[in-house]
Amino acid sequence: MRSWLQVYPAFLRTALLSSIQYRASGAIWMIGSILEPLIYLTVWSTVARSQGGEVGGYTAQEFAAYYAILLLVNHLTFTWIMHEFQYRIQYGSLSFALLRPVHPIHADIAENIAFKAVQLVVILPGLILLCVAFRPHFEPVGWSLALFVPVLFFGFLLRFLIEWTLALGAFWTTRVTAMNQIYFSLLMFLSGRVAPISLLPLWVSDIAQNLPFYYAIGFPVELALGRLSPEAAMRGVLIQLVWLAVSGVGISLIWRRATKRFTAVGS
Amino acid sequence: MNTLRLLGVFLRIGLLGETQYRANFVIQLFETGLSMATALGAVWVVFSQTETLGGWRSAELTALIGVYFIVLGAINVVVAPSLQKFMEGIVNGNFDYTLTKPADAQLLASLSEVRIWRLADVGLGFAALGIAIVRQSAEVGWGDAAKFSLALFTGGVVVYSFWIMLATLAFWFIRVENILQIFWAMYTAARWPVGIYPGWLKWTLTVIVPVAFAVTVPAEAVSGRVSNGTLLGAAVLAVLLAAFSRWFWKTGIKRYAGASS
Repeated sequence: MRSWLQVYPAFLRTALLSSIQYRASGAIWMIGSILEPLIYLTVWSTVARSQGGEVGGYTAQEFAAYYAILLLVNHLTFTWIMHEFQYRIQYGSLSFALLRPVHPIHADIAENIAFKAVQLVVILPGLILLCVAFRPHFEPVGWSLALFVPVLFFGFLLRFLIEWTLALGAFWTTRVTAMNQIYFSLLMFLSGRVAPISLLPLWVSDIAQNLPFYYAIGFPVELALGRLSPEAAMRGVLIQLVWLAVSGVGISLIWRRATKRFTAVGS
Repeated sequence: MNTLRLLGVFLRIGLLGETQYRANFVIQLFETGLSMATALGAVWVVFSQTETLGGWRSAELTALIGVYFIVLGAINVVVAPSLQKFMEGIVNGNFDYTLTKPADAQLLASLSEVRIWRLADVGLGFAALGIAIVRQSAEVGWGDAAKFSLALFTGGVVVYSFWIMLATLAFWFIRVENILQIFWAMYTAARWPVGIYPGWLKWTLTVIVPVAFAVTVPAEAVSGRVSNGTLLGAAVLAVLLAAFSRWFWKTGIKRYAGASS
């Protein structure tokens, strides 16, 4: 425990420096992250207006608040590890990571945090743009905002563990893109990115409330908006913790099997 | 004529290369199918709450998604991989060999790599379009079909010219692959009719990254809602952009000094 906590400052420093070095290419990737919520916000506020100002309990202005916070939550929780892992195996850089005395996931977490911190410079203007163009209506509730901070952190960890575990699929197959796309499609619908899950057909939102995707993105967003009752919030946190525990166990089991069958490339 | 023959040759090479990896076709079909299902799923969720979206009915949006995948496939079969290779060629010096060949360099650079399996996107796009036309109660006459073909063709010219201009930037800057990401990010916005976006975004998608002409206008033509003025505007823009991109390419290539020398 002590050993890997000690290495975080060093990991964070190098990751931060490298993120600053490649800030421009990183910034271009952020355009998509800003555009996606903007697109769905446009669609849903158009629908809300055509339905007499409100649809599924959201007005156009409330959709704006939903997608403004979703923009932030999605930025802070997203990872790109599923696209990267196959190259690590293919080009052999994984071998170096394995030689280090700490689990490779820690370097990835540090890199993720540093990248997000640097790219906030791009995300925040995007957020301001969204607010100016769509005028969100936002009525924060004290306790929900306070609870939002740990819930967002759990959401980040949950998404990170899930996507890191799925990335390990690259140990077994070179065709990870198909698998990534299945995950991505599920995530879009079940996390609340295509629409707040209460707008989905009932059977879909029932499924969504039991799977981890919603607890990484939609749940933190709805909590920040003050749309959840204290009971719903507590139940949500509990489900988050359960899925965190499940993914923690899953990741260590799969990692052990994956590294056992790994034969280094590039030596 | 020469262009067609060259295209034929590169298609054959591409086909020979890719038929070695036939399983990739199944994977590609699966991935395209899934991404189309995602797009149609989003349309379905939206239309479970409303009858029309900015004046579009659900069958018309299905047609729009069909067009989106047709254009996406067309870009990915030849334009995107070829120009990607061209940009790498500027960095590693392979473009020097292209210049020594007795054909137009822009033509060679735009055709040099064919990813035949991406035709899956085009095929599924046409399938979605067909379903949309059947579901749409209004008759689609020959006039609409002609307008659609014209709109799709001009849209294709606009997108190709835009790609050539982006790729030409490689003569000045080395890392242009990132700029291509801007195109891909903006292209996802074309899954919905550009008319619903706020003014500044609508203009960006029409003028700066002209995906409106590639997707929305042809889809409007399918349901017979495109005005002759819009079609004329699209044709004028296509001619202008084609001419400008050609000039830009020539200017760029004059500047090229070769990487290997």
